Amino acid sequence: MITATAGMPVGDTATGLPRLLPRGGQPEGWHAHTARHGRLPYRGHAGDLIPELSAAGLTGRGGAAFPVGRKLSAVLDAARSRRRAAVVIANGAESEPASDKDATLLWLAPHLVLDGLQLAAEAVGAEAAILYTHANRRRDVGQRLRQAIAERAAAGADRIAVELAEAPPRFLSGQETALVSHLSGGPAIPTFIPPRVTERGLGGDPTLVQNVETLAHLALIARHGPGWFRQVGTEAEPGSMLCTIRRADGTPRITEVPLGMPLRGLIAGPDGQGLLSARAVLIGGYHGSWVPAAEAMGLTLDNHSLAAVGARVGAGILITPPPDRCGLIETAAAVRYLALESAGQCGPCLNGLPRIAAALTEIAVGRQRRQTQGDVERWAGLVTGRGACHHPDGTARFVRSALLTFADEVELHKQGRCSGTSKKPYLPIPRDSARTEEDWI
Amino acid sequence: MSEKLLVNPIECAGHGACAELLPEMITLDEWGFPIVDGRPIPSALERDARAAVSACPTLALRLVRA
Repeated sequence: MITATAGMPVGDTATGLPRLLPRGGQPEGWHAHTARHGRLPYRGHAGDLIPELSAAGLTGRGGAAFPVGRKLSAVLDAARSRRRAAVVIANGAESEPASDKDATLLWLAPHLVLDGLQLAAEAVGAEAAILYTHANRRRDVGQRLRQAIAERAAAGADRIAVELAEAPPRFLSGQETALVSHLSGGPAIPTFIPPRVTERGLGGDPTLVQNVETLAHLALIARHGPGWFRQVGTEAEPGSMLCTIRRADGTPRITEVPLGMPLRGLIAGPDGQGLLSARAVLIGGYHGSWVPAAEAMGLTLDNHSLAAVGARVGAGILITPPPDRCGLIETAAAVRYLALESAGQCGPCLNGLPRIAAALTEIAVGRQRRQTQGDVERWAGLVTGRGACHHPDGTARFVRSALLTFADEVELHKQGRCSGTSKKPYLPIPRDSARTEEDWI
Repeated sequence: MSEKLLVNPIECAGHGACAELLPEMITLDEWGFPIVDGRPIPSALERDARAAVSACPTLALRLVRA
């Protein structure tokens, strides 16, 4: 396991990881980048890289795990059949409050992402490229990227210009259609599908939106080939991925691990502390699932394994709160945030999420009525699959997993008790939610 | 060619006309928004389905290829 926190310049020769993050945890400029990876391997023709990406089995690392080769093919086909040049967007709008892997990647290895953006643009014949990120909470990622783009211009590395764009600090900013809406000059709120952005996205052009980590993997597959990519990971889910691990102390640790890695090692940490204390693990962030720690210990980090407990790898977020916190109180706070971050466009989400959040708070504070839990379960069912985006679905999954995983705690709360001894909020929740339409622009 | 119903939940304002005209395939949830049966429309209900689509004040309901 390779951790990118400062002062841990470790590597693992058996797995060849880390692939993406520079060892030593220092940001990598153009010279260090090319010394480690070499120059960009342009293919010379649109389409040429796509079979290699399909053979590698690379999937999107933003959470949805969609096959990258298929997405690029769809964009290239749409561009050819409609005789329009495609647009490529690197999505660094890492909106899950608990995730920090994309910001870390952009901070430490911006050139790998920018390489991937150029190569993806070539692969789909794009003439415009945009890198879309949040203004980072702790680091000036925007400044780092401007510096990297200037270094590349001096080296003559890029074939098309890259424009930087900033995402508003909303949970849904990185959702594909919301992103296109925002870059078109509108609010960062989802739009109805169809049309898919691969068909008609920015300015009506076929648009490729790829997570920044996905583009970094793409840049390495272009250099080393599919066989190299498959040296780690599982047959069905090859390669490595960046994870954000938060153990009892709450500090995010960014780690690059092979798919299929046992969760036990990831949860436990180097000193094994996480193993002793964890009651439950939140896998996949606030659209993810709570899993009892005892069950999680027997699983591996891949969708095939996690499907057994209804969880998914998502964007690689693993959170084990300390045992002095109540899972219901923590979940209620996160769900209140999710309800406030609803774009409020779709009736079921607009009506259901605030009710779910309020009912969950009743359960969390021990004021639930006889029907409260039944209401939450019914509303979770009612909102699922009925929004223009997956915000209601993800929220419902998170809520249901909490009621199942913390079923004993629900019973305690009914008796007016709570096993949590610390009231200090643990899960990271952004302080400012959207109040006016301006907050989405 | 068989068709199915598709509701655009962003456009839908919960008027409920669709559920009155096609109760066999559309019911309303407790907030008045339609729960649409997404299976292919049986030929016996095609007329009513078209009526429901036409009646939507916000043009949120449409028929698409199943």
